[in-house]
Formats: sequence, structure tokens, C-alpha cells
Amino acid sequence: MIEYALKHPDKLWKPLLQHLELLLVVMIVSLILAALLTITAMTSKPISNTMLHLFSIIYSIPSLALFALLIPITGLGKITAIVVLVIYNQYLLLRNFIAGLNDVDPSMIEAATGMGMSRMQLLFQVRVPLSTKALFSGLRLASVSTIGMATIAALINAGGLGSLLFDGLRTMNVNKILWGSLLSASLAIVTNGILIQMEKRIQNHNPS
Amino acid sequence: MSLKAIEFNQVCKQYSQSGDFVVDHVNLSINEGEFITILGSSGSGKTTLLKMINRLYEPSEGTINLFGEDIATIDPVKVRRKIGYVIQQVGLFPHMTIAQNIATVPKLLKWPQPKIKERVDELLNLVGLDPKEFKNRYPSQLSGGQQQRIGLARALAIDPKIMLLDEPFGAIDAITRLHLQDELMRLHGGLKKTFLFVTHDINEAFKLGTRVMIMNNGKVSQFDTPQSIVKNPADSFVSSLMRSSREQERFWEGLD
Repeated sequence: MIEYALKHPDKLWKPLLQHLELLLVVMIVSLILAALLTITAMTSKPISNTMLHLFSIIYSIPSLALFALLIPITGLGKITAIVVLVIYNQYLLLRNFIAGLNDVDPSMIEAATGMGMSRMQLLFQVRVPLSTKALFSGLRLASVSTIGMATIAALINAGGLGSLLFDGLRTMNVNKILWGSLLSASLAIVTNGILIQMEKRIQNHNPS
Repeated sequence: MSLKAIEFNQVCKQYSQSGDFVVDHVNLSINEGEFITILGSSGSGKTTLLKMINRLYEPSEGTINLFGEDIATIDPVKVRRKIGYVIQQVGLFPHMTIAQNIATVPKLLKWPQPKIKERVDELLNLVGLDPKEFKNRYPSQLSGGQQQRIGLARALAIDPKIMLLDEPFGAIDAITRLHLQDELMRLHGGLKKTFLFVTHDINEAFKLGTRVMIMNNGKVSQFDTPQSIVKNPADSFVSSLMRSSREQERFWEGLD
């Protein structure tokens, strides 16, 4: 196994880099979209309920089916993978974001509103800083799930560690299977760890 | 005729269409500089009445004027920024220092930094806390009484003409409470502001108020100076309230 890695290093780090690139793009787009949707959802309860319901339905569609459904529209390749993964992430992110933002101590909301904060000021100055825990757990959940689901995206030619895995399966190459599994699992664990550290750093600024 | 600080005209509040009146056709007027205490049991409508003044609740009927202006016609955010608001749970922001908490509204109004700093020090001195010692602490590092002092300072930050206080000392121990009551009276005397103070503690209401408003079932039973209320209780509810207080007094004398 080590021998394989030493002999063909490019066969490992290329898919790993592709996977990382996919993860990064998906998370950036997901976060931007989720932030916009959350701000919209915070304006009214019915809107937020409808949104969560809608995304929970989409989330229940198996990823392979959703990839297949989108191929006629966006074709084979990265774009389709990004679209699907971003849509899946919306459910994980929105559910955590909305729950966290609504979970802030009502007395703080009352004090802030009574002082004359507008809805947006309340959101950004009170709700967001007081729900970092929920925001980060959504972010972590979405990142780890993206890493896992992105391996399946190799089936629609999006590259990444999935291609290593599926190649290995097709040619019965144990080295490829093992390295594919090991690398995608480690990527998930390391990403999760980095995000936990980031969260701790941010929370150290406000001792409770 | 001098301008009234606060006027209620036939103000009602129902939480549902068919429901009972929580506040039932209330008319009242309050002059600038008065210290009004609103006394009533829970469910009497006292907090609802207070929260309609800063538009946290909207009246179902009637109008409320602040200095002659109908507040229903003003943006709620603007109304609230002219009114100081203190609640029992204080509601300090745990992620901000004491100085940042007090500076919340001045920052929203984009005051220059040096002016904010100066104001924070001034307010901390006003509520009896040493600025040097407390400015950079976080709310969790303060006692309940100290936290409520900060709540007061934060509400006073932009020098509002009206202060609404919703059972501010309700969760504070008896001794600290007496201190805070005295300081609040001192503050009111020096500031020429109109205070509205909700409480269910009859001693607190009669000690602090220049006038006391007694509420029962959404109606104002009596609204007068403490002396007049004691001399001429308006109805059986007010009389029973007085009686209960006297009984308590006798209980203490009996222990002596």
C-alpha cells in the first residue's frame, strides 16, 4: 500500500486536490446561498417553515438520483456535482442556522428590540454572535456530508477521490480502494477538526 | 396648557379577536418629570400597558401620544430610540463587555468614538460603578444587582426623556433592592425625566412613585398620589390591597 503511494504519488494527490477543490467551491457557494436564504427566512415564520420543508423533501432524494436528474440540464461533470451538493447542503445549513438564531435568549431579543435595533441589526449584532455554536455545527455537518457525497460525484465525471475508489472497484485494485477510502475519511476528520478549532478560537473572544 | 409626556386615549388591547381585554379602555395622562409606578397583580395588564408605549405591543384600539405625537404614525425603531427600556431579566449581551453593552444605542446612532467613551464613563459613575474596574468586564462576571445597574446605564445612554422599567428589581435580593430603589429615586431627581415603573410590590410602588397607578383586570382602579390613595381608596380592590399591606405590617410588629 505504501509502496503504491510511493510509486504513483500523482494518482493519489491529484484526486485529493480535485476533491478539496470541489469541497471548497461547494462550501463557498453553499454558505453564500444559505446566508441569503436564512436572512429571508428570518423575516417570517411561514417563509422559514416552507423553505425547510422544501429542502427536507429534496434532501430525501438519493444523491445518485439527483445527479442523474440534473445531467440533461447541466450535463456530466463538475457543474452538476456542485449544483447537487449545494442543494443538499441547504437543508443541513438552514436547519441549523434557523434553529440557532431563533434559540437566542428571548430577554436579550426583547432588550435589543426595546432599545431600537432594527431587524437586521438584531440579526447581525445579537442573534449571529450568540449562536456561533449552532452556525458552526451546521457548517461542520455540511462539510463532512459534502466530502462523503462528493465521492459519488465521480460517477458523473466530477473527479475527486471517488474516481480512485471506483477505478479500484472496477479493476479490483485493492491499493486504490484502500487509499480512496483512507483519504476521503481522513479529509472528513481533518476538516471537522479544523472547524472545531476555528469555533473554539471564536468563542474564546466571548467568555461566558 | 403644558405638553403631556404620555397620553392614553381609550387604549385597549386584546390578544385574540374574541378574547378578553388585557387592557380595557384606558385613559390617562402623565406630565413630564413624574415618577409613575404601576402596581397590579400578574395578569392585570400592567406590563402590556407599558410595552404599548415603546410599541413592543400595538394597541387593538385607541391612541397613545408621546409629547403630543401619535406614536402609531412614527417608525417603531425611532420611537424606541427615544425611550429607555429596562426589564427584569436585564438582557445584557453576554458577548459584549460592559462598555460595549452601554454603548449599544450610541453606536447604532453612529456617535463619534471619543464621545461614546466619555458617555460610558459618565454613566458608570452615575450608576455607582467604577468605570476603570467594570468597563472591560463581561456581564457574567457581575452580580445580579450590578447587572441591573448596567441595564439602567444602558437604557440611559442617549439621555431619553422617558424611561420604562418593567419590574427591574424583581429578581434582586431585598437589601440590594432597597439600595437600588434609593439610587433610582436619586437618579430621577437629578435627571428631570419621566419614569414609568411596573411592579407588583406595593411597598416599592408607594415608596418610589410620585403617583401610583393601580391596575386590576385591565382597568386603572386608581391613579393618584400615594397619600390620596391611602386616604381615599377608590374601590374595593384598592382597599383590599391596602388592607393586605397593613396586615403584613401588623405581622412584623407582632414579631417585635
